[in-house]
Amino acid sequence: MPSMTAQKQTSLASPDAIRSYPRFLWWGLGEATNGGLGFYVWMFVLTAISLVGANAWAHQVAEGMIVTNMTDHVSWGLYIANFTFCVGLAAGGVMMVIPAYLYDDEEMHKVVIIGEAVAIAAIVMSTLSVVVDLGRPDRFWHLIPLIGRVNWPVSMLTWDVIVLNGYLLINLHIVGYLLYMRYLGRKPNPKWYVPFVFLSIIWAISIHTVTAFLYCGLGGRPFWNTALLAPRFLASAFVSGPAFIILVMRILRLTTGYAAPPGPARTLIQIIRVAMTINLVMLASEIFTLFYTGGAHGASAQYLYFGSHGHYGLVPWIWTATAFNLVGTALFFMPAALERGSIRIAACLLCIAGIWIEKGMGLIIPGFIPSTLHEIVEYSPSLVEWKVTAGIWAFGFLLLTVLLKLIATVFTGDYEAGPIRGPSSGQ
Amino acid sequence: MTVDNADDSSRDERAGTSSGPTLPILNQPSSRRTALKAAGAALGLAAFGKAVSPLWSIPENVSVDEFLQQHYKELTDDEKRRVFERLEAETQRQYGKDVTISDPPPIPGVRFGYAINLSKCNGNGACMEACNQENNHHRGVDQSYIRVLEMTKGSMDMEHGTTSYDHSVPQEDKFYMPVQCQQCENPPCVTACPVEATWREDDGIVVVDYNWCIGCRYCEAACPYHARRFNWEPPEIPADEVNPDQGYLSNRIRPQGTMEKCHFCLHRTREGRLPACLEACPTGARLFGDLNDPDSDINWVLQNKRVFVLKEELGTQPNFFYFFD
Repeated sequence: MPSMTAQKQTSLASPDAIRSYPRFLWWGLGEATNGGLGFYVWMFVLTAISLVGANAWAHQVAEGMIVTNMTDHVSWGLYIANFTFCVGLAAGGVMMVIPAYLYDDEEMHKVVIIGEAVAIAAIVMSTLSVVVDLGRPDRFWHLIPLIGRVNWPVSMLTWDVIVLNGYLLINLHIVGYLLYMRYLGRKPNPKWYVPFVFLSIIWAISIHTVTAFLYCGLGGRPFWNTALLAPRFLASAFVSGPAFIILVMRILRLTTGYAAPPGPARTLIQIIRVAMTINLVMLASEIFTLFYTGGAHGASAQYLYFGSHGHYGLVPWIWTATAFNLVGTALFFMPAALERGSIRIAACLLCIAGIWIEKGMGLIIPGFIPSTLHEIVEYSPSLVEWKVTAGIWAFGFLLLTVLLKLIATVFTGDYEAGPIRGPSSGQ
Repeated sequence: MTVDNADDSSRDERAGTSSGPTLPILNQPSSRRTALKAAGAALGLAAFGKAVSPLWSIPENVSVDEFLQQHYKELTDDEKRRVFERLEAETQRQYGKDVTISDPPPIPGVRFGYAINLSKCNGNGACMEACNQENNHHRGVDQSYIRVLEMTKGSMDMEHGTTSYDHSVPQEDKFYMPVQCQQCENPPCVTACPVEATWREDDGIVVVDYNWCIGCRYCEAACPYHARRFNWEPPEIPADEVNPDQGYLSNRIRPQGTMEKCHFCLHRTREGRLPACLEACPTGARLFGDLNDPDSDINWVLQNKRVFVLKEELGTQPNFFYFFD
């Protein structure tokens, strides 16, 4: 910043963490709020959408869940659908960590922190999606171990709360530590973060597995009650996560000087090609079993894909998702997808949107239709639900922007932190 | 780890102000941009405060005592008494009716069971109406803990049934099957609940602590019998229709945003009376009793009739039985 003066303050030069950590946070706040006109417009729009969401949620709390379109028949809706997708997004970031740390991919190592930042924002969005779904958010403390009364280890939802918060803390630690060391101009000590990185690999897989177990453990919901659900969740997460990260790296290249080398994106696209193929094979296998066998197990799939007893609410959703996924996958397999360009961007956007529908509206909602007593009551989200969900996404993007801003600042030449000696320096 | 002092000082210059040592948190440079940022932050905070202002309804509706109330199983008798008094006062204030909230414990050695004679049930729906009144259900919708399925003769598949029939009963080609909480021995809803707000009592009745439930509705997804309901809106009941004989774990007026379910009218049955739905049934299709008593009517039915339970393949082990004459 041009206005900064250059007087040395010896009292602040000490590496004392107690003094330097608040300064680091304060510096972070300053950096996160500095930028050009485009940046301010972007942040303003995100803040505005977040506030619309916060307001809609506050009304929902005041007036009750009646302002949603959920019913006793379809008792989970857009919130839980979005939750499921966001958990996958968070888990998908691990597909940068694995090449970087398990396969020592040097170029991936330089940008792996982006995946971790995406994971943080996505976990926050998942957690918010659950909080807004609670009928009694004022009783949230009942879920907190030791203070409340958690049904552990029996309830899968308790597991989910624990693993999601654990994953958030792990990634906050890794990203926070690396940024802080950069800020101090010190070399990060591998002992302080590499064990957590390896923990995060296992943990990433666990968050999405546990989230799948939430649904597939319910014997009364035949549509979800399939052992393929957790593997499918993981496969689709390893598409949506990397695709999202590719878009993020692209935006960073356009808006900041933080240019990733071409290698990581290519690696991610190879991962997407494999993961999406596995995902589609499993989906096809699932669809075959449901339709060829028929009966009660097929009732939800029948409703989802072709409508049932005159109800067709989800048919446009699922065929949109199917088309997006197939076209997106085909684009990913084109050689042009390995180069920067519109094909790659289109492929990422199509697969993200396709998977958002497939494991959200296309998985959560049909689990309830028909109901356990075979009644068909349809569901489409209310305006309040859309506003709250948009607010959660905007807040997630706000958080991600701030994190990426800090990352881009300390990891590019703009930041004169002195000689950087870390293995992940990129210099 | 080495620290380069020169690097550190260069950073201090970036973050430092020109006037002497300050608190580390305050040493942002003062500039037009900083002032604008502060103004932006203040505006943002004000907008946020305005946006979430409807949340002030929480302290208006939830007292400190209610907020801090512990789980039912952790309350002492004295604390329970105070909770019941508070709830009675709240009901008086909100609904204009003097009610008594009791908490009858399970009768030692008793395990309740329910059986329905499908040859007798004619789908008249009197059980649902009785449930609605007995259990202080929201009057805005015809809610009760019972759904009566009109089934097509020749099939036990619920896909060929409907709960929304609207014609005179019984129809010639139909039979009628009421479904309510099956009070499973192995209840999926209890397994699902993340906060132990629902559990199985010693007499087999699955209950909910309406003041502990967080309203996540995972139990509603888990139940294979659609036996659980959520209070999407605050229950509206005219004062003269409020049933004043209330149980803490049963028919007291449920708070908005929490789950509820059939509790075999435990405030009645644990005191030797019969469930309201049974008393209301004009056909005599319903039979309630103690499964542990070898001489009870329900045990006679279990031993002498062809009895089945719903969705037996799920392993939920209902204490709710169906039979034909």
